[in-house]
Order: sequence, then C-alpha cells, then structure tokens
Amino acid sequence: MTIVVTENCKACRYTECVQVCPVACFHGDAEMVYIDSTVCIDCCACIPACPVQAIYQDSDLPSDLIKWVYINRERAAVLPPITKKCEPLPAAEAKRISLGF
Amino acid sequence: MRSLKIAIVGSGPSGFYAAEELLQHTLPIEITMLERLPVPFGLVRSGVAPDHPKLKLPALTYDKIAQSARFHYLGNVELGRDLSVTEILECHHAIIFACGAFSARKLEIPGETLTGVHSASEFVGWYNGHPDYRHLCFDLSQERVAVIGQGNVALDLARILAKPASDLRCTDIADHAAEALSKSRVREIHIFGRRGPTQAKFTAQELAEFADIRDCKSIVSPRDLELNLASQQEAADRKSRDINKNLGTLRGFTDTCLQGWSGRICQFHFYRRPTKIFGTNRVEGIQLSVTSMQGEPFEQTVHDTGEVVDFSCGLVFSAIGFGARPIEGIPFDFRKGVLPNTQGRLIGENKEPLYGLYATGWIKRGASGTIGSNRADSLGTVSTLLSDLDRLDKEEKTGWHSLASLLASRQREVVTYKQWIRIDQAEIYAGQLKNKPREKFTDIDDMLTIAKTDSAACDRVAFPEPQPLRR
Repeated sequence: MTIVVTENCKACRYTECVQVCPVACFHGDAEMVYIDSTVCIDCCACIPACPVQAIYQDSDLPSDLIKWVYINRERAAVLPPITKKCEPLPAAEAKRISLGF
Repeated sequence: MRSLKIAIVGSGPSGFYAAEELLQHTLPIEITMLERLPVPFGLVRSGVAPDHPKLKLPALTYDKIAQSARFHYLGNVELGRDLSVTEILECHHAIIFACGAFSARKLEIPGETLTGVHSASEFVGWYNGHPDYRHLCFDLSQERVAVIGQGNVALDLARILAKPASDLRCTDIADHAAEALSKSRVREIHIFGRRGPTQAKFTAQELAEFADIRDCKSIVSPRDLELNLASQQEAADRKSRDINKNLGTLRGFTDTCLQGWSGRICQFHFYRRPTKIFGTNRVEGIQLSVTSMQGEPFEQTVHDTGEVVDFSCGLVFSAIGFGARPIEGIPFDFRKGVLPNTQGRLIGENKEPLYGLYATGWIKRGASGTIGSNRADSLGTVSTLLSDLDRLDKEEKTGWHSLASLLASRQREVVTYKQWIRIDQAEIYAGQLKNKPREKFTDIDDMLTIAKTDSAACDRVAFPEPQPLRR
C-alpha cells in the first residue's frame, strides 16, 4: 500500500500535508509535493488535510491518476525533503475554488 | 540569557514534535523531557495495535530528535510523585505539558462496575504490555463480546479479539496477552455505536481491514445502514471520501453468508445506544436504546426512538473516548478532559493567561486525530510559546542538571536516553528468540535492572558469544 499526491496539488502546493506527516516523507519542487513511499507509514493523516483532495491511497486511485504512483516514486527520490509548511503558490486559491472545494 | 530551558512533560508524539520544533529554532534552546515510565514514546509504544507495526515507525523519528546534544531525557520521573510543577519552573523558563489522555471516558450507565465490563485503556494497555495494566485479567472464555464505540480504538479491540492468536504471535504483543488470547473462546464480537454509519469515526483503512481477518466473517444488517436524508447529504459531500469508503465496506458486509460457518463473527451495529448493563455476579448482557439521527447534515444529534433491545453477552469493552488526568496545581477542564488553554497557552480559573505554562497533544485538544495530527498541534503550541518570550522569566535557569540532582537527593532512579537504548536492545534481542520484533518488558523493576546494568555486562546478556563463522 502506498499514498500518492496527484495533480490537484500542481500550482497549489498548500503543504497542509507536510504539517501533519509524522515521519517527514514529503519532497517538493516548485510545482507540487510528492511522497517518498519508502518512508511513508500509510497513516493517512495527510489525506483529509489537503484542501484540494490531491492525496489518495493507491488502491483508491481513479485509473487516470494511477500514473502518479510512478511520478511520486521518481520525483521523491531526486528532490529535497520538505519538513515545514510553506505559503501556497499564487494560483492556489483560484485553483481550489475552480475545483469546487 | 545563554539559553532557553524548556521542560516537556511526556515523551509521546506531541512531546517529541514540540522538542523537534524548538530545537530547530535559531535561539539556543535546551529541552528536558520528563517521562513517567522508564521507556519513552507514549502511545506509539503502548497504544498502536501490535498488528500495525508500520504505525510504530515514528519512534525512529523521535530517536533522531533525542540524539541532539541539547535534548535530555529523564525517564521514570512522575510529576506529583517525584517533583512539582514549581520545582520544574525554578530551573526552566517554561513547561509544555504533553502528558496525553489515556483515562477512559465512562459510559455512565447502571451496571458499569459489573465484573466483565472493561475500558479500552485496560485492554489496550494490557495487550501492549503497559506496566500499569499487566496484571489485568479478561474472561476470554466468554463467547459473546460487546464493544461499544465507533472509532479506531473500538476497531483495534475488536480486531485483536477477532484475529487468530497465531496471527499475533510474531508481533510485539505482550507475552501474557498472546498466551491468554491463544486460549480465547470468544466467538462473536459485536461493535455497537449510538450513531449511524455516516457519523462513525472509523477511518476507511482501519474498517476495510475487517474484510480480511482470517477465520472471521464481518457482517452488518442492511437495516443498520439506512440513512436519513441528512446522512445521505453527509455521504454526498465532496469532503466525505472516508464516509463513502466506509459505506462501501459496510455494504459489502451485508451479504455475508453465515450458513455452516463455525469461525468467528464480527458484527457492526448502528443506532444502538447502551443504557444499562445487567447481570447478577458478572455481566450477562446490555440493554440498548434504538436511536435515530436528527438535524442538519454534519450537525445531527442522537435521539432515542423509544424502542429498546436486550443483547446477551459475557464481556463488554467500552471505547468511547479518552480524557487526560488532572495535574496538581494546574487548572483542569473536567468536562472535556483537557488543560484549559488558548492555542496551547494554559489559562487560569479566571481565564487569565498563564505565561510559561503550555500544553500540546491530547491533553490540549482532546483525544482525537492520528499520530501526525500532533505534529501540527505541537507546531501551534511552540509558536505560541515563542510569541511569549518577552513575558517569560528573563533570568538564567539551570535546566536538567538541577532536576537530576533533586531527583537523586530523593533517591529516584532516573533513566537516561542511553539507558533506554539498553532496554530497547534487550527487548529486541529477547524478541528475536521468539520471532517477534521485540519482547517488551512489562515490569518497571525489570526495565530499571536492565537500565542500570553496566554496558559490558548488558552486552553479555543481550548479545551472547558470537557463533564461529561458517564457510
């Protein structure tokens, strides 16, 4: 089982998830965050914390989002860890409203 | 001031996340962490169920935090018994109470004190080898068990009773519990909740596990999954991902076939509020009021319909929430089971701010959320503390040295972090012999004996002569 950040995070990067992660398994680039599945303990604390519901357990991924399992794996491996909550990206609020959250 | 000295009472997740945040600050800060037991980590060690080993891994994070030269662990030190809040404040600039909440909320119904009625704290503490609960006995010869509660703790209790004992043997479950569970004659586990399935607090992953328990079938009556309009609206809300997953899991349990089944059964009951526990010398059953939910979505309340049912059972576990224990000299909110506070800063009888005294974790916000929830919580408390720097005592404080001396003068055996590592390694070694991740010490005297054993002798006990290499 693994937990995966998907496309709603792009251009938002709220990082509410980072704040509730008990094992600091998030890594990030300028666009979004990713989960290192080798560190993640599947506690699922991040899933309800995301304002745009970008995070899924892999078993719940709709078929068009399954690719994010691999994207998280690849990106988390090469990006620096994020352990502190940051300011959301400038387009975050607009995206959140347009997604209906 | 050379450095800020902060005492944290409690070594569970919230305490460690507060320590982590403070130690990362640019100000020179030193942490004294006090823990009542010789061993640290709070509910990560003694709350998380033995069959959820991944959820214990945050202990590795806490171990890293403890390596800091500015972090000092004093185990086997109990506030009240061994030292007072005043004495801690004499050598620290501030205290953060991270004591948690493990006192079970009472059902407050007649018959609650009958033999065979137990709280979640008792059962969880017992199977997790917590020293306070090691002597308890549970009559597992009873075939029908009622678990009251609709959260993850109720699921933990039910799952440990439902799983074949052999499935638990290779976990870190306490030896006495593995032994007792191997002789269990429990056949039916019934989980009762006063509210409906869309109000239940089970998280989706935990509930879904009940589809996969070996030699146990999970079942729900379709009638118990009826939803009024407001509950349907709750399920339809975009934020309700867990609720919908739970409904899916529970609907899957409605067509469980029990014909010819001789294994265990786990049944989920909704809209059932216990009103009385009856029996002569021990529990023989519970009376339940059939309820309905009324009100606006997400604000519905429980109402009794007037219909009442009796359920016969020989063992009752209540898992309806936890509260903290009051601390001498500190205001306490008995209704909520927390220390009254504003964003983590304690407040007095007249709502006046008590600068220098703070709370984090369950003793601050109540017993809710998962391990990670405490991280955000502790960040909040630390932020409040740091915003109060101007109002804290400006003078130099002596920190952990003074407490250690004070405790030594009172003949208290303080356990350092290095000594905890010895206990840790001894538990891991003892576990290896039984194919378990660790065999926990459940007796404080045993923990103290290992802690005090000098390194060389300890290594001889924990790590015997190496076998010659085989080619």
